[in-house]
Amino acid sequence: MSPIRRTRGTPTPRRSGAANPSPDLFAADDALSVPRDREETASLLDGRQAAPGESPSSAVSVATVTQTVKDVLEGAFPPLWVRGEVSDFKQHRNGHWYFSLRDASASLRCVVWARDTRRIPAAPDEGMTVLALGQVTLYAARGDLQFTVTSMDAVGDGLWRKAFEQSRLRLERDGLLDPARKRPLPFFPRRIAVITSRDGAALHDIISVVRRRNPLVELVLIPAAVQGETAPASLGAALATLEAWGGADLAIIGRGGGSREDLWAFNDEKLARAVAACGIPIISAVGHEVDVSLCDLVADWRAPTPSAAAERAVPVLDDLRREVATLGRQLQGAALDVVRDGRRRLEQGARRLAQDAHRQVERRQLRLERVAAQLNALSPLATMSRGFVAATTPDGELIASASALAEGDAVHLRFRDGVAVSRVESVTVEGDDGRGER
Amino acid sequence: MATFEEGLARLEAIVDEMSRGEIPLDRALALFEEGIEQLRLATQELGRAEAAVKVLTERADGVLEAAPLGG
Repeated sequence: MSPIRRTRGTPTPRRSGAANPSPDLFAADDALSVPRDREETASLLDGRQAAPGESPSSAVSVATVTQTVKDVLEGAFPPLWVRGEVSDFKQHRNGHWYFSLRDASASLRCVVWARDTRRIPAAPDEGMTVLALGQVTLYAARGDLQFTVTSMDAVGDGLWRKAFEQSRLRLERDGLLDPARKRPLPFFPRRIAVITSRDGAALHDIISVVRRRNPLVELVLIPAAVQGETAPASLGAALATLEAWGGADLAIIGRGGGSREDLWAFNDEKLARAVAACGIPIISAVGHEVDVSLCDLVADWRAPTPSAAAERAVPVLDDLRREVATLGRQLQGAALDVVRDGRRRLEQGARRLAQDAHRQVERRQLRLERVAAQLNALSPLATMSRGFVAATTPDGELIASASALAEGDAVHLRFRDGVAVSRVESVTVEGDDGRGER
Repeated sequence: MATFEEGLARLEAIVDEMSRGEIPLDRALALFEEGIEQLRLATQELGRAEAAVKVLTERADGVLEAAPLGG
């Protein structure tokens, strides 16, 4: 079909070994080799002098190449079962699944078309080892090798996951995952060290969040590689630098989102132990919300993203200013209250004093009245008011006995309201003393 | 030196004590003075100049130094 196909006929699919292809699948097959045999290719040239791609004048299009490779691949490979770990799994809006199958040393881009996903019980987890049945082909638009999966089964947990879990268990056994180990973060850090890549999105995000929330906070970058083989050591060295420097009161270690492989440095057990041993409070922020790394588990705070780490680390300056202003008003209010309270107590005291004085006067008045009434009751005038009179001599001497009087004596009869001057007509003395007047 | 947070906490405690009432006037006066000082420190803390973003670099003599982050 393809103009540059120069092989001796169609490659032979090995149907017999499809479910378990031997490693030397094509060892004895020249199907994929491009023979240099001029005589073989000449018959495919449609009568033209030069073979396609043989010289600049017969250059072929990219599409021709990819289409030919695709045909060769599809012809060479029967549907096969492939065993590998799922990585970078993504479900597209249109329902297709994209992921990689990988080994320790190799990786294969895979796709499951939406109609085929329905035959698979569930989407595979990251790191899960699966057996996938599919067709090896070429994705022409990218020129990428692609494995189009139609059926898939999981085989236990993936190696990544297993490694992670083993490290996690060791950290747990050493007490490094104990929530009680986690230190409180400073409320208002002055200087935050950021351990990440100089060019990464994480640094950019952290800077913009901190600037927005609180421009008074100083950020100090301690650059480190955040992916690749050197990353764990580089991050560890940055932690050592952080401690040697001692100038930060909080640290953020992390990076932006990426593939499982990109983030793997943060699952390095040695690095996790260094984070746990870090002398200052530290926030871990690795990848996206769903990515949980060993560093996340041992840090004092796990932020879902670098931006979230910055949010957590830094109080909003305007809030602080408002809080201080509020406290200032409260202080003033409290001082005014103290003064007001003092005045109120003073007034209360004065009022009580006046009331006391008044009561004292009243009490004395009552006593006076009572005494006056008693006095009144004892007064001769009171007796007189009941009709008795006192008899006196014109000189005013009380005449206590009838025997003191003789006929013709002048007697003054003293009434309550006046005196009657009278004269004795006769005297009769009764008894032997003058006490029987009544 | 007390942290900003400690300053705020002290200020809150002062306001709280003064608000409870029934405190001697001289005590109230002393608290108020202390409160004003805490307030001044906190306000000063929030009024500093904007901080730069820096990068920690090691000088030739091995001393670590935070230098402005270029670019």
